[in-house]
Amino acid sequence: MKQRLTLKVNGRTEELLIEPHKTLLQVLREDLGLTGAKHGCGVGDCGSCTVLLDGEPVNSCLVLALQVDGREVTTIEGLAQDGKLHPVQDAFIDHGAIQCGFCSPGMILTSKALLDANPHPDHKEIRKAISGNLCRCTGYQKIVEAVEDAAQRLSGRRK
Amino acid sequence: MAKYNVLNSRARRVDGPAKATGRAVYTDDITLPGMLYGAILHSTEPHARILNIDTSAAEKLPGVKVVLTGKNAPSTKYGVSPARYDENVLAVDKVRYIGDEVAAVAAEDLETAQKAVSLIKVDYEPLGHVLTVEEALAPGAPMIHEEFPGNLCAEVHQEFGDFDSAIKECDIVLTRSMTNKRQDGGFLETFAAIADYDHHGYLTLTSSTQSVHYTQRTVSMVTGLPIGKVRVVKPYVGGGFGPKASASAVDLITSLLSIRTGRPVKITLSREESFQYSRARHQFSSEFTMGAMNDGTVVCLHNKTHLEGGAYSSFGIATVYYAGSLLGGPYKLKHMKYDGYRVYTNKPACGAQRGHGGVVSRALFEQMLDMIAEQIGMDPVELRLKNMMQTGDVTVNELAMSSLGMRECLEAVRDGSDWAHKKGQLPPGKGIGLACGFFVSGAGYPIYRSDTYHATVVVKLAEDGGTAVVETGSAEIGQGSDTTFSMIAAEALGVDLEDIRIVSGDTDYSVDLGAYSSRQTLMTGHATKDAAEDAKRQVLEVISQQLGVPLEELDAFGGRIVFKGKKPDIKEMRTRYIKEHRGWSDWPQGEDLTFGEAARMAYLERGSIVGTGKYKPPKLGGSYKGAAVGTSPAYGCSAQVVEVTVDQETGQVTIDNVTDAHDCGFAINRTSVEAQMEGSVSMGLGEALFEEVKFDSRGRVMNPTLGEYKIPTALDMPEMKAIVIETNEPNGPYGAKEVGEGAIMPTIPAVLNAVYDAVGVRIKELPVSGERVVMALVEGE
Repeated sequence: MKQRLTLKVNGRTEELLIEPHKTLLQVLREDLGLTGAKHGCGVGDCGSCTVLLDGEPVNSCLVLALQVDGREVTTIEGLAQDGKLHPVQDAFIDHGAIQCGFCSPGMILTSKALLDANPHPDHKEIRKAISGNLCRCTGYQKIVEAVEDAAQRLSGRRK
Repeated sequence: MAKYNVLNSRARRVDGPAKATGRAVYTDDITLPGMLYGAILHSTEPHARILNIDTSAAEKLPGVKVVLTGKNAPSTKYGVSPARYDENVLAVDKVRYIGDEVAAVAAEDLETAQKAVSLIKVDYEPLGHVLTVEEALAPGAPMIHEEFPGNLCAEVHQEFGDFDSAIKECDIVLTRSMTNKRQDGGFLETFAAIADYDHHGYLTLTSSTQSVHYTQRTVSMVTGLPIGKVRVVKPYVGGGFGPKASASAVDLITSLLSIRTGRPVKITLSREESFQYSRARHQFSSEFTMGAMNDGTVVCLHNKTHLEGGAYSSFGIATVYYAGSLLGGPYKLKHMKYDGYRVYTNKPACGAQRGHGGVVSRALFEQMLDMIAEQIGMDPVELRLKNMMQTGDVTVNELAMSSLGMRECLEAVRDGSDWAHKKGQLPPGKGIGLACGFFVSGAGYPIYRSDTYHATVVVKLAEDGGTAVVETGSAEIGQGSDTTFSMIAAEALGVDLEDIRIVSGDTDYSVDLGAYSSRQTLMTGHATKDAAEDAKRQVLEVISQQLGVPLEELDAFGGRIVFKGKKPDIKEMRTRYIKEHRGWSDWPQGEDLTFGEAARMAYLERGSIVGTGKYKPPKLGGSYKGAAVGTSPAYGCSAQVVEVTVDQETGQVTIDNVTDAHDCGFAINRTSVEAQMEGSVSMGLGEALFEEVKFDSRGRVMNPTLGEYKIPTALDMPEMKAIVIETNEPNGPYGAKEVGEGAIMPTIPAVLNAVYDAVGVRIKELPVSGERVVMALVEGE
């Protein structure tokens, strides 16, 4: 039987009736039309489905939607504000850290969460933070450089 | 004035914002009105006769629209190479591997489709199965395809020069062997397709593919629809790397389900199904005998290689040829003999993957160069420089190196890695190794025999003259081709990059063979340049006529018309343009005639301005059997130095850093070139260190997850230094040639040579696990 679910997604409150077995990823993609989070494996191996749950990156394929009733979700669609890209998004584009783009939504959100918690990570900390987000295209070099640059941009913005 | 307005820069990718914001649409993101969901029943037997399929329970399940089996689906044989059409969409009479497609269902929702599949009962009579080359070639082995007795899918025997005589004259003769393990494409987006058969009898197939063209042809052949009634559209694709270069079972099954139901049908393979479908890197077992002289001259090679290919041919005919032909360069080798065999087994079919066919051969060859160098006390860099080909050389198997910056690459990584101070001087457990390699910039011939153009492109100018649309069937799969062609179009047309919009990956736009064999930059690049120049010429013709300036004195650059001679008065033309745009605020400024003004005049004179371009390579290569495979209008080349740390207790290999140089001819986009180099290293390191698709005793994939099949994470990858070498390829657009695959060639042997430098053992079997290193160390003692 369907159950009621209330979620705050990208700043907007959504009220839904969903089947209890649905994952957060399914609800985002199928019920809310937010297809930025990708289904790459379904078992939490690849990180393509990463979203921020109260600011923390989670594999949304491993989260049952009803478990997070009442909580706040940020997806890649909610990162740009007022039509302006978030500095992490901009840095990813500038550095060529995006190729096929399938990992990018998750990779960018994980990076954003890292920089929220640690504004000046070194390369090792960046690599550790994104190690749960697989990328088959880039070899991660340009991603690490992009996150490092995004940290600079964000600290410039804070000053 | 700079030579180029757009090219050779670090322009942002045109698809960057869409991909960074989640707006980029991939196949599975699409839901069409009235769409059904499909599911596939896969064989649970490695090799068996189908005695009976009972679909009655599935058909009765509410919500099920159609159930297809080999009995009610077309039995047209298809495949990649016309000489080896050996697949059916759904198994007819027998199955050949665990995973073979047996039946398919379309239903109102995915759960119903999956439930229906589980209700189909299949009775099998096992036929006995073979999983290895040895088992498959053994006398009396079960026959997988009746047309290919002995399970020999293809064999190649080539000889250039005279190996047997040459080897007798050599001072040094070495025989060594090596094998890899099956690799998976590991793309993050699994195979997916949506077929939509409409009331006019047209089929639109949206697919995660590397080639809309080949997919269109195969879907047309199997469904029986004319090519003109099959449109294949590629949305954004989450990686391909080779396995998506031909029509997949998903493409064909969704097409048949949609034709039968008259409704759109979507299938997205699960990760497990994607592993099971494979079409990725073969397992190669190579034994090489090489001869060299005491002065370091490499003289001859006899290459014996067996490919374990799985149940179907896929790209395998090309693969087995490439495993030989791609050793013709980049060294001056006078005598080369090749005996290659591709063998059927009861496992998923292998096909093309980055560095198609050449990666393992290259790995063994480059290690043997190091062994020769060690034997005669020569530095491995010196040995390679001594034997290196250069621009203008032709390999013994008739591949022409119209540009070859091999020496520049090698010197760049030698100097960039501080090789001279490290080789032989690192502490125990630390090692440094190098290797080189080269690859085609597009296959010289299409997969099917044809005089077709390899690429056509259309450039349309907007009626206000301000922007242009590039239409191409080429495939943006992450490598950045949309950006490359936008940049080429902007440069050739004489406008800025932001004035170009590209639409790609659709058979309605143009003919393009797609993203494989690293062909698009050179081939689609040529056609794009040709089309943009055609459009520009039409504009300039009108300007020439209206302003009374000779055509040869006109050009366009950076959004302005260039008058090479005396500058005419443009006032009247500008007034006319402005009158056309009353009330607009973006009127052209300055003394120069803008491209927009000129293009508007051309439109008013001639109607829509449409430029067309095309490209096909000239006749290439020799006339021996198989001479086509390995031919290309140009060759990219690479050198890499890898530094490793080997834990002498556990055997664990850590990559400390990689210095990588690649000759791409001319970097259309410098960032994209580096990105391809770094991605290639990543895939090469994965194969060298941990990637291995494992099978149980019945041929079932044992590790069909990205947790158990390990691709490199950010923690596995070293810092990389990418050095771009440019040699101005005469056959490439603006001098450009490939980077996407040549760059993987040196990675595995550079790692293996570095491991040897660190601990003094040669690892003959990939991946280089800790266990294999420890075993080798124990045996070495």
